[in-house]
Amino acid sequence: MLPAQVPLSGLKFCVKLNGVNAMDLVCPAGNLPSLKAAVDNGANAVYLGFRDDTNARHFAGLNFGPAKMAEGMDYARQRGVKVFLALNTYPQPGGWSRWQKAVDQAAELGVDAMIAADIGVLDYSSNRYPGLNLHLSVQGSATNYEALHFYRERFGIRRAVLPRVLSLPQVEHVVKNTPVEIEVFGFGSLCVMVEGRCILSSYATGLSPNTYGACSPASHVEWRETAEGLQTRLGGVLIETYRAGENAGYPTLCKGSFCVAGNTFHAIEEPTSLNTLALLPALQRAGVCAIKIEGRQRSPVYVAQVTAVWRAALDACSRDPGNYRSRAQWMAELGKVSEGTQTTLGAYSRPWQ
Amino acid sequence: MAASNLRLSLGPILYYWSRDDVMEFYRRIADTPVDIVYLGETVCSKRNLIRTDDWFDLAERLTAAGKEVVLSTLALLEAESELKRLRRICANDNYLVEANDMGAVQLMRGRPFVAGHSVNIYNGRTLRLLAEEGLKRWVFPLELSAATLADMQSVRPPGVETEVLVYGRLPLAYSARCFTARAHNLPKDDCQYRCLDYPDGLTLSAQDDTRFLALNGIQTQSARTCSLISELDNMRDLGVDVVRISPQSRKTDQIIDIFHRCIEGGLEPAEGQRRLEHLMPVAACNGYWHGEAGMLATQTQVGTRPGS
Repeated sequence: MLPAQVPLSGLKFCVKLNGVNAMDLVCPAGNLPSLKAAVDNGANAVYLGFRDDTNARHFAGLNFGPAKMAEGMDYARQRGVKVFLALNTYPQPGGWSRWQKAVDQAAELGVDAMIAADIGVLDYSSNRYPGLNLHLSVQGSATNYEALHFYRERFGIRRAVLPRVLSLPQVEHVVKNTPVEIEVFGFGSLCVMVEGRCILSSYATGLSPNTYGACSPASHVEWRETAEGLQTRLGGVLIETYRAGENAGYPTLCKGSFCVAGNTFHAIEEPTSLNTLALLPALQRAGVCAIKIEGRQRSPVYVAQVTAVWRAALDACSRDPGNYRSRAQWMAELGKVSEGTQTTLGAYSRPWQ
Repeated sequence: MAASNLRLSLGPILYYWSRDDVMEFYRRIADTPVDIVYLGETVCSKRNLIRTDDWFDLAERLTAAGKEVVLSTLALLEAESELKRLRRICANDNYLVEANDMGAVQLMRGRPFVAGHSVNIYNGRTLRLLAEEGLKRWVFPLELSAATLADMQSVRPPGVETEVLVYGRLPLAYSARCFTARAHNLPKDDCQYRCLDYPDGLTLSAQDDTRFLALNGIQTQSARTCSLISELDNMRDLGVDVVRISPQSRKTDQIIDIFHRCIEGGLEPAEGQRRLEHLMPVAACNGYWHGEAGMLATQTQVGTRPGS
């Protein structure tokens, strides 16, 4: 078991092992079985949300009501695993009271951290509950340390999750210039756009991650058999056509095939997953505090497999970073559960940029 | 509220135009009835045909021509070199600065600033907090509706002006990746400045030929042009102070003139809309304003101004 983390105001409190910081593994819990899968397979923390549009995975059948949340928190706590609550969408005046109530509930539950994006929500939380540990969500869209200074000075955030747009040297530069702990995404579905400021989804459907807690929402998806093949549409816009025998994927707007200057291709992004297993020693050296796994919408089996692989990899990396190698068996395990069964280093790899 | 209270602004040029084209563009803008001009590179720090000093020179010239000038800034700040340029702009004593990222807000704290539409101001509490920090004017987020604007206006702190984008292709997303370079099979760090070839962005279509988006370097825009000319009366009633036109390569001065005449009452909004539609790269949209998908074009009844 890792030593307990003691929060110190203004200081990073990542765990140190052999002089280097061991990175925490933060895993998705879309429901109670996933939470248990994450806890049982070696997560240091799980993150979850309430059953409404106050979080960015507002999907049917997902997330936690009060009873399940209390049960999940007990399960995690008894096993030394932290619970983070995602409250990371942007309330408009008409819905404000729902977000405020959600903050009240989070404080009452005594979550280990609340992950928020909206300035109003952060302001309310830090004023009303000064003891509540605040993390800036990836939806807060902070890509530079000046932005982090703002959130730290105004709301006392302890940690920030960086958007998936920075290169490794850029991540390192942010870490060096802020006392805020830095968490980065290690694995899962990949936003190619800077999070929190992408409204492609609402352009096609009226609903976006910011306003509704979902990108490319299922309510606006159509599947249509045509002479050309199986077509998927979002808000009526043709996203992809699959010929017989091709594996059809979910029509996430930015991962469709479009026509630009006479060529039809994945003009924005291929349907791939982010996988940074190969970069673990570099991320550790950069001073990254925690690795986040995407996928609250995925199954408990996904959560179990991915958590187990990342636990093994993080342990290997913290034991002996100099000799760490990403193992073929790990990559194969992760490949099985990846979107489109391909993985990429995303913004960490230079050609991608 | 008096009709003359609605002022016209011209947003920053979102595309990469040649130096001559930019200079000629602003020479013409100096003679248009636009009140406020936002200047600067907001999309990509590699675009260097107009340097920071050139923007300051242009600011001086447009100020001399009677325009209120605001220096606009990058929306996506990643590199230290970008922060360095940002600091220089934020430190200037002569012009208001438009922050398009919270990093710029941080640098402007305690002094007056404008928050662009890529700063997420979705509720009254956010607006109040930023007003404490010096917010003088905010641009309404693109994806929000008139109903939300009405709610926001009712809690707006005194001394804060509201600006709404009323014409232009909508910036929808920002990425580390350059999609214009990608479309040409070029890496971002050897993009060969292909943006120069697309003065209004590179249109992206669905496979059924529906023109859907426009690629503008690291920015993704709507293919359709947002037009809210038929909503000017509603905006005035909602207490909107400034309406923004986003520059396009063709006939921006005519677009300004159409809006100006509608605001002054010399042109019917329906006729204004008809004329604007001839000037758009693809077609019009206004869905966000009506609480719908942004790409939709909803017919608005003209002449049913509430309260008139």
